[in-house]
Amino acid sequence: MTVAISTPRQRSAQEGTARSAPRGKKDWRANLFGRAVTGVVIALALVWLIPIAWTLDTSFKSENATIIIPATWAIPKLTFSAYGAVFSATDLGRWYINSAFVSIVVTVLTVITASMAGYALSRRRFRGKAFFYAAILAGIMIPPQALIVPLFREFQTAHLINTYWALVLPQVPAPIAVFIFKKFFDGIPISLEQAAEVDGAGWWTAYRRIALPLARPAIAAVSIFTFVWTWNNFLWPFLAATSQTMMTIPAGIGAVVSGVGIINALQMASAVLGALPLVFVFLLAQRQIVEGVAGTGLK
Amino acid sequence: MTATAVSVPQTATKEAKRERRRRGGWGNAGLLTPFLIFYVLFLIGPLIYDVVMSFFNTSLVLPGLGSFAGLANYRELFSDSRFWQAMWHTILFTLVSTPPLVIIPLFFAIVVNRIKHGQWFFRLAFFLPYILPSAVIALVWTWLYEPGYGLIDGFFHLLGLGAPGWVSSPNLALYSIVIVTVWWTIGFNFVLYLAGLQDIPRDLYEASALDGAGRWKQTWRLTIPMLGRTITLVTVLQIIASLKIFDQVYLITAGGPNYATRTAIEYIYDTGFTDERVGYASAASLVLFVVILLVSFVWLALVRKQERGV
Repeated sequence: MTVAISTPRQRSAQEGTARSAPRGKKDWRANLFGRAVTGVVIALALVWLIPIAWTLDTSFKSENATIIIPATWAIPKLTFSAYGAVFSATDLGRWYINSAFVSIVVTVLTVITASMAGYALSRRRFRGKAFFYAAILAGIMIPPQALIVPLFREFQTAHLINTYWALVLPQVPAPIAVFIFKKFFDGIPISLEQAAEVDGAGWWTAYRRIALPLARPAIAAVSIFTFVWTWNNFLWPFLAATSQTMMTIPAGIGAVVSGVGIINALQMASAVLGALPLVFVFLLAQRQIVEGVAGTGLK
Repeated sequence: MTATAVSVPQTATKEAKRERRRRGGWGNAGLLTPFLIFYVLFLIGPLIYDVVMSFFNTSLVLPGLGSFAGLANYRELFSDSRFWQAMWHTILFTLVSTPPLVIIPLFFAIVVNRIKHGQWFFRLAFFLPYILPSAVIALVWTWLYEPGYGLIDGFFHLLGLGAPGWVSSPNLALYSIVIVTVWWTIGFNFVLYLAGLQDIPRDLYEASALDGAGRWKQTWRLTIPMLGRTITLVTVLQIIASLKIFDQVYLITAGGPNYATRTAIEYIYDTGFTDERVGYASAASLVLFVVILLVSFVWLALVRKQERGV
């Protein structure tokens, strides 16, 4: 990453020296323009943070302080009562557990199944491989949101609505994850696995002991993305969890908190609590997330 | 394969054995099977089920497919003005949200890429909202748009202006949702652009600087053309994402006021889960699915063309 970051720096430094030598007045004006543009972007970055700051601000107010016209940033009396109210008015604690359980299980299952499939498609030879690969790639284009009706019907018929089965299983197949693993395995040399096979290792050992440990960057990227997507998924858990105790954080906030009436500080406190785990994930894994997005560029 | 290339005569039999093992054996299929089971049960299966149900009068509260409907669901769908209204909202949202979500992050990325210190700050500011759940985004913006008490009304008050009904006015509500969406999802495109910028070879800048190109000229003549593929990618991913809009509209306006913001997915949700007409909703799903598929094909065609061109 250090390399990746230092490249643009060096680039702009070189750009600067290469350019500034033969130019005089015009360069100065261009420089001023450049600074003005940078200033605008800095200002906009600060504007981008306002909604988050305002949410935090409201969550520390007493309910009365949120209904002042016009709205003010000033907090007359700092209080955490809204946070306490969230836990006593809703099942937020339970939603945390559900979200964590569902996201972790989905992530583990996705990484295992997609890495195995990606490995098979990259390394192994079998009949129909090209067909399977094309069929899985085509799946990237299927929008799961357009399949809520048949999916609900499927789980309804199986009497599994409002269970963890319904929350977890449909979120596991991610063709894009197979694609990422396949590309990754394509890029690492095959010689280690061959050496292992000479020593008599079977397909499972070659995958599990040799290829998988090498695929750590791909595992990290797929895990973080699957975790964040699953944690944030609203529509499916909203449909599949029909009782409050089975809801995940987004479903609970969407179905319950927005319906508790106008309790502004409480709603903002639950927004903060709902966002908190993701902010932690983001701060811990910012590098992997950003590189992962760049990787999904499907270049 | 490399394997065949390196093999020497002595190891030929071993090589053949290994080759046979890689080609045959149940292990190969075994590695693919777990994924395929999930894939068929929860992606391909539902898709086929959707097609089948769209020809039946399937009800949410009754078991089985119900009576055969032929093309009746489709006929009703195409003559339902509510369906076209929802499709139009989806398309209008896509048309209005795509240009800012393609252009603004491009501008941000080009400028931020030149900033020497503190790039992390911009990544934090622009990307952090993207990883938050839609339900949180909806709470935050409902409160920002709140008439009277909200921060945005407060700002208008400060300027001595009256504020419009951001989400209560039928003419404005969809655009208020566009603002929310731009704020929420810009970070993804921003990061894609930053990655694209890193891939432009540095010597191209040096060469153009020697030719006397200024920064402005460099941006127009070099940076933006070199980002062509990334711009195509961002545009198509954005169109697909916008066509699937549901969460923020449903949670902020619930499709209102008076259906003024109801989108295609919400139409599917309403007909399938509120009216309990699963067969009919399946037909609607399939139409949306085909639209998204067409956009994806256009993208593939564009990518092929660009690859041939470069």
